[in-house]
Amino acid sequence: MDILFAIVLGVLFGFVLQRVGASDPEKIVGMLRLTDLHLMKAIFTGIGLSSAVLFLGLMSGIVDSGHLSVKTMYWGVAAGGLMLGFGWALSGFCPGTGVVAAGSGRKDALFFIFGGLVGAGLFTIMYRSVEGTWLLEKVWGGKTTLVLTGKSSALLEMGWSPLIAIVIGLAMMWIAKVLPERFR
Amino acid sequence: MYWDWFKGGCALGVCFLLTVIFVKPIGVSTQFVILDGIVANLFSATLVVKDDNSKSGYSSSNAYLDKSGGKYAKSVAKPLNYSFVFVLSMILGGYMGRLLQNKGSGNSIKQIPDYHRHRFGDKPAIRYSIAFAGGIIVLWGARLAGGCTSGHMMSGMMQTAVSGYVFAIAAFIIAVPTAIILYRK
Repeated sequence: MDILFAIVLGVLFGFVLQRVGASDPEKIVGMLRLTDLHLMKAIFTGIGLSSAVLFLGLMSGIVDSGHLSVKTMYWGVAAGGLMLGFGWALSGFCPGTGVVAAGSGRKDALFFIFGGLVGAGLFTIMYRSVEGTWLLEKVWGGKTTLVLTGKSSALLEMGWSPLIAIVIGLAMMWIAKVLPERFR
Repeated sequence: MYWDWFKGGCALGVCFLLTVIFVKPIGVSTQFVILDGIVANLFSATLVVKDDNSKSGYSSSNAYLDKSGGKYAKSVAKPLNYSFVFVLSMILGGYMGRLLQNKGSGNSIKQIPDYHRHRFGDKPAIRYSIAFAGGIIVLWGARLAGGCTSGHMMSGMMQTAVSGYVFAIAAFIIAVPTAIILYRK
Protein backbone atom coordinates (compact mmCIF):
# COMPACT_ATOMS: atom_id res chain seq x y z
CA MET A 1 0.00 0.00 0.00
CA ASP A 2 2.84 2.33 0.97
CA ILE A 3 4.61 1.61 -2.29
CA LEU A 4 1.49 2.40 -4.30
CA PHE A 5 1.24 5.76 -2.50
CA ALA A 6 4.95 6.35 -3.18
CA ILE A 7 4.54 5.78 -6.91
CA VAL A 8 1.36 7.82 -7.32
CA LEU A 9 2.48 10.76 -5.16
CA GLY A 10 6.07 10.67 -6.46
CA VAL A 11 4.98 10.74 -10.10
CA LEU A 12 2.50 13.52 -9.31
CA PHE A 13 5.11 15.65 -7.53
CA GLY A 14 7.68 15.12 -10.27
CA PHE A 15 5.10 15.92 -12.92
CA VAL A 16 4.03 19.12 -11.18
CA LEU A 17 7.62 20.33 -10.60
CA GLN A 18 8.29 19.81 -14.29
CA ARG A 19 5.13 21.55 -15.46
CA VAL A 20 5.62 24.55 -13.20
CA GLY A 21 9.18 24.98 -14.50
CA ALA A 22 10.99 24.26 -11.22
CA SER A 23 13.26 21.70 -12.89
CA ASP A 24 14.46 24.24 -15.44
CA PRO A 25 17.71 25.96 -14.32
CA GLU A 26 16.71 28.93 -16.48
CA LYS A 27 13.63 29.49 -14.29
CA ILE A 28 15.49 28.83 -11.01
CA VAL A 29 18.36 31.19 -11.77
CA GLY A 30 15.86 33.70 -13.20
CA MET A 31 14.12 33.68 -9.83
CA LEU A 32 17.39 34.00 -7.89
CA ARG A 33 18.58 36.84 -10.15
CA LEU A 34 15.20 38.46 -9.49
CA THR A 35 14.56 38.77 -13.22
CA ASP A 36 11.75 36.18 -13.41
CA LEU A 37 9.70 35.65 -10.26
CA HIS A 38 7.33 33.09 -11.82
CA LEU A 39 8.62 30.30 -9.56
CA MET A 40 8.67 32.49 -6.46
CA LYS A 41 4.99 33.27 -7.00
CA ALA A 42 4.21 29.58 -7.53
CA ILE A 43 6.15 28.50 -4.41
CA PHE A 44 4.47 31.12 -2.20
CA THR A 45 1.10 29.99 -3.54
CA GLY A 46 1.89 26.32 -2.95
CA ILE A 47 3.16 26.71 0.61
CA GLY A 48 0.49 29.25 1.54
CA LEU A 49 -2.40 27.22 0.17
CA SER A 50 -1.26 23.91 1.64
CA SER A 51 -0.52 25.47 5.01
CA ALA A 52 -3.88 27.23 5.26
CA VAL A 53 -5.83 24.11 4.26
CA LEU A 54 -3.70 21.86 6.48
CA PHE A 55 -4.32 23.92 9.62
CA LEU A 56 -7.98 24.37 8.74
CA GLY A 57 -8.18 20.56 8.55
CA LEU A 58 -6.25 20.11 11.79
CA MET A 59 -8.43 22.61 13.68
CA SER A 60 -11.67 21.07 12.45
CA GLY A 61 -10.39 17.58 13.19
CA ILE A 62 -10.75 16.38 9.59
CA VAL A 63 -6.99 15.99 9.21
CA ASP A 64 -5.07 13.84 11.67
CA SER A 65 -1.74 15.30 12.85
CA GLY A 66 -0.25 11.79 12.91
CA HIS A 67 1.43 12.14 9.51
CA LEU A 68 3.02 15.49 10.27
CA SER A 69 6.76 15.50 10.83
CA VAL A 70 8.62 18.56 12.07
CA LYS A 71 12.37 18.74 11.54
CA THR A 72 14.70 19.68 14.39
CA MET A 73 16.18 23.18 14.49
CA TYR A 74 19.96 23.15 15.11
CA TRP A 75 22.83 25.37 13.97
CA GLY A 76 23.55 23.09 11.02
CA VAL A 77 20.16 23.96 9.51
CA ALA A 78 21.38 27.52 8.96
CA ALA A 79 24.93 26.52 7.96
CA GLY A 80 23.70 23.80 5.60
CA GLY A 81 21.09 26.18 4.18
CA LEU A 82 23.82 28.70 3.33
CA MET A 83 25.84 26.00 1.57
CA LEU A 84 22.85 24.67 -0.30
CA GLY A 85 21.98 28.21 -1.36
CA PHE A 86 25.41 28.63 -2.94
CA GLY A 87 25.29 25.33 -4.83
CA TRP A 88 21.69 25.98 -5.84
CA ALA A 89 22.58 29.30 -7.49
CA LEU A 90 25.70 27.81 -9.06
CA SER A 91 24.01 24.78 -10.63
CA GLY A 92 20.37 25.87 -10.93
CA PHE A 93 19.22 22.66 -9.24
CA CYS A 94 18.21 21.53 -5.78
CA PRO A 95 17.96 17.81 -4.95
CA GLY A 96 14.32 17.30 -5.92
CA THR A 97 14.33 19.43 -9.04
CA GLY A 98 17.62 17.83 -10.17
CA VAL A 99 16.01 14.40 -10.04
CA VAL A 100 12.98 15.61 -12.00
CA ALA A 101 15.18 17.43 -14.54
CA ALA A 102 17.09 14.21 -15.19
CA GLY A 103 13.77 12.51 -15.91
CA SER A 104 12.83 15.28 -18.30
CA GLY A 105 15.98 14.64 -20.32
CA ARG A 106 18.47 17.20 -19.05
CA LYS A 107 22.03 15.93 -19.26
CA ASP A 108 23.43 18.52 -16.84
CA ALA A 109 20.99 17.17 -14.24
CA LEU A 110 22.68 13.78 -14.45
CA PHE A 111 25.98 15.44 -13.57
CA PHE A 112 24.25 17.27 -10.73
CA ILE A 113 22.94 13.94 -9.40
CA PHE A 114 26.40 12.33 -9.64
CA GLY A 115 27.81 15.30 -7.75
CA GLY A 116 24.98 14.98 -5.24
CA LEU A 117 25.80 11.33 -4.63
CA VAL A 118 29.44 12.32 -4.05
CA GLY A 119 28.41 15.14 -1.66
CA ALA A 120 25.99 12.94 0.28
CA GLY A 121 28.63 10.18 0.41
CA LEU A 122 31.26 12.58 1.73
CA PHE A 123 28.89 13.78 4.44
CA THR A 124 28.08 10.18 5.38
CA ILE A 125 31.78 9.41 5.76
CA MET A 126 32.52 12.69 7.58
CA TYR A 127 29.53 12.50 9.91
CA ARG A 128 31.62 11.42 12.89
CA SER A 129 33.58 14.66 12.81
CA VAL A 130 30.40 16.74 12.61
CA GLU A 131 28.65 14.77 15.34
CA GLY A 132 29.17 16.29 18.76
CA THR A 133 30.16 19.72 17.45
CA TRP A 134 28.14 22.92 17.89
CA LEU A 135 26.72 22.35 14.41
CA LEU A 136 24.32 19.72 15.70
CA GLU A 137 23.41 21.63 18.88
CA LYS A 138 19.67 22.19 19.11
CA VAL A 139 18.32 25.72 19.04
CA TRP A 140 14.93 26.93 20.31
CA GLY A 141 13.95 23.53 21.65
CA GLY A 142 14.61 21.53 18.49
CA LYS A 143 11.36 20.29 16.97
CA THR A 144 9.63 23.63 17.29
CA THR A 145 6.87 25.19 15.25
CA LEU A 146 5.37 28.65 15.36
CA VAL A 147 1.90 27.33 16.22
CA LEU A 148 0.40 24.21 17.81
CA THR A 149 0.42 21.20 15.50
CA GLY A 150 0.02 18.30 17.90
CA LYS A 151 3.43 16.97 16.84
CA SER A 152 5.85 19.64 18.05
CA SER A 153 6.47 22.17 20.78
CA ALA A 154 5.02 25.52 19.73
CA LEU A 155 6.36 29.04 20.25
CA LEU A 156 2.74 30.23 20.47
CA GLU A 157 0.94 27.83 22.77
CA MET A 158 -2.56 29.34 22.77
CA GLY A 159 -5.22 26.87 21.70
CA TRP A 160 -6.23 29.13 18.82
CA SER A 161 -2.67 29.56 17.53
CA PRO A 162 -3.31 27.38 14.41
CA LEU A 163 -5.46 30.29 13.24
CA ILE A 164 -2.23 32.26 12.90
CA ALA A 165 -0.91 29.59 10.53
CA ILE A 166 -4.03 30.02 8.39
CA VAL A 167 -3.48 33.79 8.35
CA ILE A 168 0.19 33.30 7.40
CA GLY A 169 -0.87 30.91 4.65
CA LEU A 170 -3.35 33.42 3.23
CA ALA A 171 -0.74 36.18 3.54
CA MET A 172 1.72 34.09 1.52
CA MET A 173 -0.89 33.64 -1.21
CA TRP A 174 -1.47 37.40 -1.17
CA ILE A 175 2.30 38.03 -1.45
CA ALA A 176 2.36 35.64 -4.43
CA LYS A 177 -0.35 37.72 -6.07
CA VAL A 178 1.22 41.14 -5.51
CA LEU A 179 4.83 40.15 -6.29
CA PRO A 180 5.80 41.62 -9.65
CA GLU A 181 6.85 39.32 -12.50
CA ARG A 182 10.38 40.69 -12.09
CA PHE A 183 12.33 43.07 -9.85
CA ARG A 184 15.14 43.92 -12.23
CA MET B 1 5.35 26.37 -22.14
CA TYR B 2 4.98 26.13 -18.36
CA TRP B 3 1.84 26.39 -16.26
CA ASP B 4 1.11 29.89 -15.00
CA TRP B 5 2.21 30.55 -11.43
CA PHE B 6 -1.23 30.28 -9.89
CA LYS B 7 -2.14 26.97 -11.46
CA GLY B 8 1.36 25.59 -10.79
CA GLY B 9 1.33 26.88 -7.21
CA CYS B 10 -2.03 25.29 -6.48
CA ALA B 11 -0.83 22.00 -7.96
CA LEU B 12 2.27 22.15 -5.72
CA GLY B 13 0.03 22.86 -2.73
CA VAL B 14 -2.11 19.81 -3.53
CA CYS B 15 1.06 17.66 -3.63
CA PHE B 16 2.21 18.89 -0.20
CA LEU B 17 -1.26 18.35 1.25
CA LEU B 18 -1.82 14.85 -0.12
CA THR B 19 1.56 13.65 1.13
CA VAL B 20 1.16 15.09 4.62
CA ILE B 21 -2.42 13.86 4.97
CA PHE B 22 -1.82 10.31 3.74
CA VAL B 23 1.84 9.43 4.39
CA LYS B 24 4.44 12.00 5.47
CA PRO B 25 5.94 15.28 4.32
CA ILE B 26 7.97 15.22 1.10
CA GLY B 27 11.73 14.85 1.42
CA VAL B 28 14.36 14.12 -1.20
CA SER B 29 17.94 14.65 -0.05
CA THR B 30 18.03 11.69 2.38
CA GLN B 31 17.55 9.35 -0.56
CA PHE B 32 20.94 10.37 -2.00
CA VAL B 33 22.45 8.90 1.17
CA ILE B 34 20.30 5.79 0.83
CA LEU B 35 21.41 5.23 -2.79
CA ASP B 36 25.05 5.71 -1.75
CA GLY B 37 24.45 3.17 1.00
CA ILE B 38 22.84 0.67 -1.36
CA VAL B 39 25.82 0.89 -3.72
CA ALA B 40 28.41 0.72 -0.93
CA ASN B 41 26.56 -2.20 0.64
CA LEU B 42 27.09 -4.23 -2.55
CA PHE B 43 30.82 -4.12 -1.90
CA SER B 44 30.75 -4.60 1.85
CA ALA B 45 29.43 -7.41 3.99
CA THR B 46 29.61 -5.38 7.19
CA LEU B 47 28.25 -1.94 6.28
CA VAL B 48 24.62 -2.79 7.06
CA VAL B 49 23.74 -5.82 9.17
CA LYS B 50 20.64 -7.22 10.83
CA ASP B 51 20.65 -6.32 14.51
CA ASP B 52 17.85 -7.23 16.90
CA ASN B 53 19.16 -4.79 19.50
CA SER B 54 18.64 -1.83 17.21
CA LYS B 55 15.30 -0.03 17.02
CA SER B 56 14.94 -0.51 13.27
CA GLY B 57 16.24 -4.09 13.29
CA TYR B 58 19.36 -3.02 11.38
CA SER B 59 22.60 -1.36 12.32
CA SER B 60 25.59 -0.01 10.44
CA SER B 61 29.32 0.34 10.93
CA ASN B 62 28.88 3.89 9.60
CA ALA B 63 27.77 6.33 12.30
CA TYR B 64 25.48 8.28 9.97
CA LEU B 65 23.59 5.25 8.64
CA ASP B 66 23.40 3.94 12.21
CA LYS B 67 21.90 7.07 13.77
CA SER B 68 18.29 7.19 15.07
CA GLY B 69 18.23 3.47 15.75
CA GLY B 70 19.59 2.48 12.35
CA LYS B 71 16.80 4.19 10.42
CA TYR B 72 18.93 4.79 7.32
CA ALA B 73 20.57 1.36 7.61
CA LYS B 74 17.13 -0.23 7.35
CA SER B 75 16.27 1.81 4.24
CA VAL B 76 19.57 0.71 2.67
CA ALA B 77 18.79 -2.93 3.44
CA LYS B 78 15.22 -2.57 2.15
CA PRO B 79 15.22 -0.09 -0.74
CA LEU B 80 11.60 -0.83 -1.58
CA ASN B 81 10.40 1.65 1.03
CA TYR B 82 8.08 4.64 0.63
CA SER B 83 10.67 7.44 0.61
CA PHE B 84 13.07 5.81 -1.86
CA VAL B 85 10.36 4.73 -4.30
CA PHE B 86 8.83 8.22 -4.04
CA VAL B 87 12.04 9.85 -5.28
CA LEU B 88 12.51 7.26 -8.06
CA SER B 89 8.93 7.94 -9.14
CA MET B 90 9.71 11.66 -9.39
CA ILE B 91 12.04 10.81 -12.31
CA LEU B 92 9.10 9.22 -14.12
CA GLY B 93 6.94 12.22 -13.25
CA GLY B 94 9.51 14.57 -14.80
CA TYR B 95 9.61 12.42 -17.93
CA MET B 96 5.82 12.41 -18.24
CA GLY B 97 5.61 16.14 -17.63
CA ARG B 98 8.13 16.72 -20.37
CA LEU B 99 6.22 14.48 -22.82
CA LEU B 100 2.97 16.39 -22.36
CA GLN B 101 4.81 19.69 -22.53
CA ASN B 102 6.22 18.85 -25.94
CA LYS B 103 2.84 18.27 -27.49
CA GLY B 104 1.83 21.17 -29.66
CA SER B 105 4.66 23.48 -28.68
CA GLY B 106 7.45 21.41 -30.25
CA ASN B 107 10.18 23.13 -28.28
CA SER B 108 13.33 21.25 -27.36
CA ILE B 109 15.29 21.42 -24.12
CA LYS B 110 18.10 23.94 -24.11
CA GLN B 111 20.84 21.80 -22.65
CA ILE B 112 22.96 24.87 -21.99
CA PRO B 113 20.85 27.50 -20.21
CA ASP B 114 21.00 31.01 -21.71
CA TYR B 115 22.36 32.62 -18.54
CA HIS B 116 25.18 30.09 -18.52
CA ARG B 117 26.00 30.62 -22.20
CA HIS B 118 26.23 34.39 -21.74
CA ARG B 119 28.78 33.90 -18.98
CA PHE B 120 30.72 30.73 -19.82
CA GLY B 121 30.03 30.02 -23.48
CA ASP B 122 28.75 26.98 -25.34
CA LYS B 123 31.09 24.21 -24.16
CA PRO B 124 29.00 21.49 -22.49
CA ALA B 125 31.98 20.39 -20.35
CA ILE B 126 31.90 23.66 -18.39
CA ARG B 127 28.16 23.42 -17.74
CA TYR B 128 28.47 19.79 -16.67
CA SER B 129 31.39 20.57 -14.37
CA ILE B 130 29.42 23.35 -12.70
CA ALA B 131 26.39 21.10 -12.30
CA PHE B 132 28.61 18.39 -10.79
CA ALA B 133 30.32 20.77 -8.36
CA GLY B 134 26.95 22.29 -7.46
CA GLY B 135 25.62 18.82 -6.72
CA ILE B 136 28.43 18.12 -4.26
CA ILE B 137 27.86 21.39 -2.40
CA VAL B 138 24.05 21.17 -2.43
CA LEU B 139 23.86 17.64 -1.05
CA TRP B 140 26.61 18.13 1.53
CA GLY B 141 24.77 21.22 2.73
CA ALA B 142 21.38 19.52 2.63
CA ARG B 143 22.65 16.65 4.77
CA LEU B 144 24.16 19.04 7.28
CA ALA B 145 20.85 20.89 7.38
CA GLY B 146 18.87 17.65 7.63
CA GLY B 147 16.77 18.41 4.57
CA CYS B 148 16.54 20.37 1.35
CA THR B 149 14.16 22.65 -0.46
CA SER B 150 11.35 20.08 -0.39
CA GLY B 151 11.77 18.90 3.18
CA HIS B 152 12.71 22.11 4.96
CA MET B 153 11.43 24.95 2.83
CA MET B 154 8.16 23.54 1.51
CA SER B 155 7.09 20.82 3.94
CA GLY B 156 8.67 22.66 6.88
CA MET B 157 7.16 26.09 6.26
CA MET B 158 3.79 24.47 5.57
CA GLN B 159 3.86 23.16 9.16
CA THR B 160 5.25 26.50 10.45
CA ALA B 161 8.47 24.73 11.49
CA VAL B 162 11.11 27.13 12.83
CA SER B 163 13.77 25.04 11.05
CA GLY B 164 11.93 25.55 7.76
CA TYR B 165 11.92 29.35 8.04
CA VAL B 166 15.59 29.47 9.10
CA PHE B 167 16.61 27.16 6.25
CA ALA B 168 14.67 29.17 3.64
CA ILE B 169 16.18 32.48 4.77
CA ALA B 170 19.71 31.02 4.85
CA ALA B 171 19.37 29.48 1.39
CA PHE B 172 17.97 32.60 -0.29
CA ILE B 173 20.36 35.01 1.47
CA ILE B 174 23.28 33.30 -0.28
CA ALA B 175 21.57 32.11 -3.45
CA VAL B 176 20.27 35.52 -4.59
CA PRO B 177 23.57 37.45 -4.46
CA THR B 178 25.47 34.45 -5.81
CA ALA B 179 23.19 34.20 -8.83
CA ILE B 180 23.20 37.96 -9.42
CA ILE B 181 27.00 38.27 -9.25
CA LEU B 182 27.93 34.99 -10.94
CA TYR B 183 25.48 35.27 -13.81
CA ARG B 184 25.48 39.05 -14.36
CA LYS B 185 25.07 39.98 -17.96
